[in-house]
Amino acid sequence: MAEKLEKVDVVVVGSGWAGGIASAELSKAGYKVVCLERGKERSTKDFIGSKDELRYTKRHELAQDLTKQTMTFRNNIGDDAIPMRKHNGYPIYDEGTGGTSVHWSGWSYRWLPSDFEVRTKIVEKYGEERIPKDMPIQDWGVTYDDMEPYYDKWEKTAGISGEVNPLGPPRANDYPNPPMKESPPIKLFKEATASLGYHPFRMPAATISQQYVNPDGETINACVFCAFCSMYGCDFAAKADPIVTVLKTAQKTGNFEIRNNAHVKRILHDGKKATGVLYVDPLTLEEFEQPADLVVSAAFFSGNNRLMMLSGIGEQYNPETGKGVIGKNFTSHYTGTGGNSATAFFEDKKFNTFAGAGALGCVIDDFNGDHIDNTDTDFLLGFNISIFQDGAAAISNNRVPQGTPYWGKEFKEKSIHYAHRYLNIGGMQGTLPRTHNYLDLDPTYKDIYGDPLLRITAKFTDQERNMARAIAEKCAEIAEEMGADIVNTPPVSDDVEMTSSSVNTHAAGGVIMGTDPEISAVNTYSQVWDMENVFVVGGSSFPHFGNSNPTETIGAFAYRAAEGMINYLKGDGGLLVEPKSSKATV
Amino acid sequence: MFIIRFIEIFLTYHDELGKIVKLPNYLFNIKDFLKLGGWKMTDHKDVKPGGSNAGQAPDTSRRQFMKNSGLVVGGVAGGSLLGGLLTNQFKSDKSAPVKTDTKKVELTEARMFFSRYEDFVVLEQATERILPKDDNGPGAIELGVPYFIDKQMAGSWGINGSDYRQGPFLTNDPPVDQTSLNRGQVIITGIRKMNDESRKRFDVTFDKAEEEQQIEILQDFESSKVKLRGVNAGSMFQLLRELTMEGAYSDPLYGGNRNMAGWEMQEFPGAVPSYADIIEKDEFVKRDPMSLTSYQQKS
Repeated sequence: MAEKLEKVDVVVVGSGWAGGIASAELSKAGYKVVCLERGKERSTKDFIGSKDELRYTKRHELAQDLTKQTMTFRNNIGDDAIPMRKHNGYPIYDEGTGGTSVHWSGWSYRWLPSDFEVRTKIVEKYGEERIPKDMPIQDWGVTYDDMEPYYDKWEKTAGISGEVNPLGPPRANDYPNPPMKESPPIKLFKEATASLGYHPFRMPAATISQQYVNPDGETINACVFCAFCSMYGCDFAAKADPIVTVLKTAQKTGNFEIRNNAHVKRILHDGKKATGVLYVDPLTLEEFEQPADLVVSAAFFSGNNRLMMLSGIGEQYNPETGKGVIGKNFTSHYTGTGGNSATAFFEDKKFNTFAGAGALGCVIDDFNGDHIDNTDTDFLLGFNISIFQDGAAAISNNRVPQGTPYWGKEFKEKSIHYAHRYLNIGGMQGTLPRTHNYLDLDPTYKDIYGDPLLRITAKFTDQERNMARAIAEKCAEIAEEMGADIVNTPPVSDDVEMTSSSVNTHAAGGVIMGTDPEISAVNTYSQVWDMENVFVVGGSSFPHFGNSNPTETIGAFAYRAAEGMINYLKGDGGLLVEPKSSKATV
Repeated sequence: MFIIRFIEIFLTYHDELGKIVKLPNYLFNIKDFLKLGGWKMTDHKDVKPGGSNAGQAPDTSRRQFMKNSGLVVGGVAGGSLLGGLLTNQFKSDKSAPVKTDTKKVELTEARMFFSRYEDFVVLEQATERILPKDDNGPGAIELGVPYFIDKQMAGSWGINGSDYRQGPFLTNDPPVDQTSLNRGQVIITGIRKMNDESRKRFDVTFDKAEEEQQIEILQDFESSKVKLRGVNAGSMFQLLRELTMEGAYSDPLYGGNRNMAGWEMQEFPGAVPSYADIIEKDEFVKRDPMSLTSYQQKS
């Protein structure tokens, strides 16, 4: 029997950017907030001297404890899924205070106006018939202009360092901090892309260029390029994450409590409204019921989907009938197609690539979103291309030209020779949803409490393979212009298929936003259509995946959602947005 | 000593980092910090790009340490620097030399997983073929890779301590990640099969076979021509290759990368607190590597 705890105004599940922002904004507004975090308590103290590639990059110290829970994966409806038994190259999710937002690299992009109105824009330009029958793309229900103030707010909270993207959407303000220092690889990329007629700009970075105090009064320090950044917590408090920003802000209000080691099993409800959550302490196995007026699920795309499914909120999506919404439009910046990048090897140049920072980089947006003309392309939408210098640590730093064996004498000689003589140029493709890529509960595999795991069903289509080839071609063009002696691009075969390691931290969908409850689970304030006092915040709300990293867009929508939550609590309840039927357009 | 007191004061602030207290700006200005401590400022010019102290007696003075660690940076220093390094490194000017004598007996090199010597010598030879000694520097054996793997297999990685381990498992030639065998069992299974193959093909144990013969067997593992019981051979080989790279290049605290020779060979400086002083430099900068031993707060 679960112990019933004292009721609070708001219970937030998860302490990453999404849950952290909700916690900060609601506690600032005077509401009593309890945040339940499944992992252990973490602070900057834990990251002192955490410059250990084996522990963090290879063994995924910050990642979720898979002994208790994981996900399963399959390509096709009808296949048996297999569990992800260990974390792959990029762990899917972390746990502990700050969530997956601690290990991030700090690449901070705004998505494009054409992302939010994706269906309308594609139909306008290329006609309805250009959209494949099994591609349920849909407008998000907001415009970029609606989102601009929230983007601006998030950039100020995180102290983003950057310069204005010459091809970017309009901005009310410049970035709060100037770009990071320019290292030789960045300079080389900038010059090469400019001479090719493209429009390079410095990667907007949450690894910031100077000490900064954000509007909530939190200090973020200047990055010192120590290179233990992506996959690590920052021991200098120089990478904006929830620990050094929003969670601290929430703590200061006196209205906030974070409870670690809290595995939320269910959102409790009476069919119409949520009454709280049920959670278990994995250390003692004691169960608790935390009653609340408002429930915020901010537990990564996976936790959000699974919690909705296990709690029986909303209708499970069925890929065969197209009915139901929960689990629909799963997307990720899938890896594993090949292509997508080029490696530039230099004989007469050596770079200090052991130094760097998560978001020390340079980007071109010339092929991003609707900047690319899809009239003659064998894919829809586009990609960005960037170079970044995040620190090549020794175990992983053994790139050799194609054709070199992967071990033995020749491998060793070349891996040592090229250790500081190569640069990688990579692209990131937007991902469009497919009816056959979706989420549900696995019928076989369970977590340690006996609840079913989340199951991913997903496969590549020619859209991903073709774009991977196009990206590689552009990256190679840039590498040549940079003066590389050898340029390699990973081949893309026609039948390359997705595996569980294709899915990474950039995964989204399943509890998507929109204006029509028939095809969306939440409105644009992340409020659940079917249960007005539940807000499901994070990448799970993205109807498709834009062409660049998701964190800033998650942050912006979290600010929008928090505004909605406050309005909901202040008002007389009810939905914040009237549902509309969009049957005619989908 | 004033310096130590200063560090203690800083640590008090640092402890608060995770809470609410904002760090005073002056604590992030290393020049002020040095003045307060009465130390001489090391001019950045003293750090010679491409220079190396290799072959010289290690200078463990504070000043030298400042140079090696890149501590003198663009007016910025923070967490790890003051949280761990200084307390350990600067308490005494007569601390032990950073580099150990290579001829010294390694007291941590005793097998805790491989119970049979005959298995361990196969592991030694297999890893040496993957990363052989050459003109660039030491190979797997000299770097301590076999002992690194022994320790890893004896620890939580070897028993898949952080993996999801509920069944059902795949049974038809499964990859390492999907077999019911744990990593230690996978490695032992593979190593013994290497020996069996060598006896069968060349009538000698793997460790006594010619290099070319060893390579032939490893290639047949890599391409999964060899069949193992319970796990795919190519996948087992990938695990062994990965462990070899990890043993050569991880922090020496794990028992490989002996004397940081793997890092020296790759010109990787290790766990350096800051590169703010060199990030914009065009020329390649070579530094003596630093390990996490330098970060251990002792009091």
